[in-house]
Amino acid sequence: MTTTYAVHSEGLTKRFGEVHALRGLDLAVAEGTVCGVLGPNGAGKTTAVRVLTTLVSPDSGTALVAGHDVVRDPGAVRRAIGVTGQYAAVDGELTGRENLRLFAGLLGIRGGAGRARADELLERFELTEAADRVSRTYSGGMRRRLDLAAGLLTRPRVLFLDEPTTGLDPHSRNQIWAAVRELAAAGTTVLLTTQYLEEADRLADDIVLIDRGRAAHRGSPAELKGRIGAYAEVVLAEERTEAATQAALVAAAGVLDHLTGAEPVLHRENRTVGAVATDPALTLPRIVRELDAAGVPVIDVSLRPPTLDEVFLRLTNRKGLAA
Amino acid sequence: MSTVAYDSGAVLGRHLRRIRHAPGVVLLTQTMPITMLLFFGYVFGSALAMPGTEYRAYLVPGLLASTAAGGIMTGMFQASHDAQRGIMDRFRTMPMSRAAVPLGQTLADLITTAVGLIPLLLVGLAVGWRIEGGALDALGAIGLLMIFRFAANWVGTYLGLLVANEEAAGQLGAATFILPLLSNAYIPTEGMTGWLRTVAEWNPISAVSMGVRALFGNAAPAADAAWPVAHPVAGSVLWSLLLLVLFVPLAVRRYATGAK
Repeated sequence: MTTTYAVHSEGLTKRFGEVHALRGLDLAVAEGTVCGVLGPNGAGKTTAVRVLTTLVSPDSGTALVAGHDVVRDPGAVRRAIGVTGQYAAVDGELTGRENLRLFAGLLGIRGGAGRARADELLERFELTEAADRVSRTYSGGMRRRLDLAAGLLTRPRVLFLDEPTTGLDPHSRNQIWAAVRELAAAGTTVLLTTQYLEEADRLADDIVLIDRGRAAHRGSPAELKGRIGAYAEVVLAEERTEAATQAALVAAAGVLDHLTGAEPVLHRENRTVGAVATDPALTLPRIVRELDAAGVPVIDVSLRPPTLDEVFLRLTNRKGLAA
Repeated sequence: MSTVAYDSGAVLGRHLRRIRHAPGVVLLTQTMPITMLLFFGYVFGSALAMPGTEYRAYLVPGLLASTAAGGIMTGMFQASHDAQRGIMDRFRTMPMSRAAVPLGQTLADLITTAVGLIPLLLVGLAVGWRIEGGALDALGAIGLLMIFRFAANWVGTYLGLLVANEEAAGQLGAATFILPLLSNAYIPTEGMTGWLRTVAEWNPISAVSMGVRALFGNAAPAADAAWPVAHPVAGSVLWSLLLLVLFVPLAVRRYATGAK
């Protein structure tokens, strides 16, 4: 059996005192794919990355990165990976250029080759102009780009991105996303942790939902969305009285309940009623007919795929990500 | 082996470059001992039995030794700073020598210390301290200070990695101010009560202060002093080696394992 996984872990556990950060984490990231690791704060995302990048040793379980065991052969793992941390791990007292040259040398790209590679990455991440300024003076986005550049000096086989766009402005975020897509297209395996479902939706081939130190769900973004079905939403016309509006909402909720078998969610302020629909036979005309037959004054009906946010809330029964 | 040499050299270069971007810091670290030299030398000196010039000549080697001991504080601050900012984690994820980060840091500190001692020596000369021995002995005195600084810096690096928190390191570092006070650096130990004198004379700073005094020809140890002070040059070297043997492996191991 040959392994085609760039990252493969089985039963990873890690405890910090009373806190069980990982409780048997299984991960399998196929070579050349982008895997998005999602989860609420404290789910174990960062600990998972720290174990896989050899920063922390697990209490039990095994993990292979690029085919090397993180505990038995950390040196080989380190030669195969690039890491971009949650906090920009560059030296604020050095310039952007000095940072990249330092890391290039330590990664074995020495002399002229290291200088050339540093300049190339500065150019690519639009940092050439700021290259000789002390990086402490950079904006958050520039720092993150410099950090990503530092992770790419060796053209790593596996790149770890721990919340790469947390707190970034849209322009910097788009730049990081473009870089990740480019890397993936060139065959680099990327493991990305994020709190942003949109980010995972846009970048990831596969998503792993971590909850309480375990992989709770996994699949492509489309599969995960399909797992909870579609979302039916009805918008009602404005009624003359409060009581009439309430009556219409209740009537619409009754119809949706009957059609989907799921508990409808009422929003009185914007006069909408929604429900998760798992039955693939449920169609838009059928919903409209039933509402009409019940005499509900409808102005809009939609049946759409759920957002990853809705998937996340439903699958983990949580009150959402740290937003 | 070449990895250790290259990687340590790169980390050393990193620290020297940091200083080049903020050169004032090295000189600023010297304002404290110079202020103390002037303050102790003239204010306390006037109350001591020793004549003022003689006391200041006694004090300069003591301040040099306590500056060397200050390596604990700088090592602690630097290591905790790097540990907290995440740059140490980046180094840990790289295929580099596990000894390079602490070794490069302590070697860079040695260079900045050598430069930083010059202003103190000059002010010392201005207030009446002189090199009264031979040139070789004087070089030996600088050597003693350097090896002790190196050892103290490794102690600090280990402690900094251990606390991994800048604020805590700052608090702990400030507390090291008391170490030279419990030695013969500023005040001769002969007048101290029995147990206090024993504690002060077994303080490594006492051996180094007296070793530097002996090599510069400023003063000789009392015959009834504790062994490291009575044989101050050998005592200083042995203290430094002992600290290095203990703290180099501790610091390297602590760096390699990281936060558990």
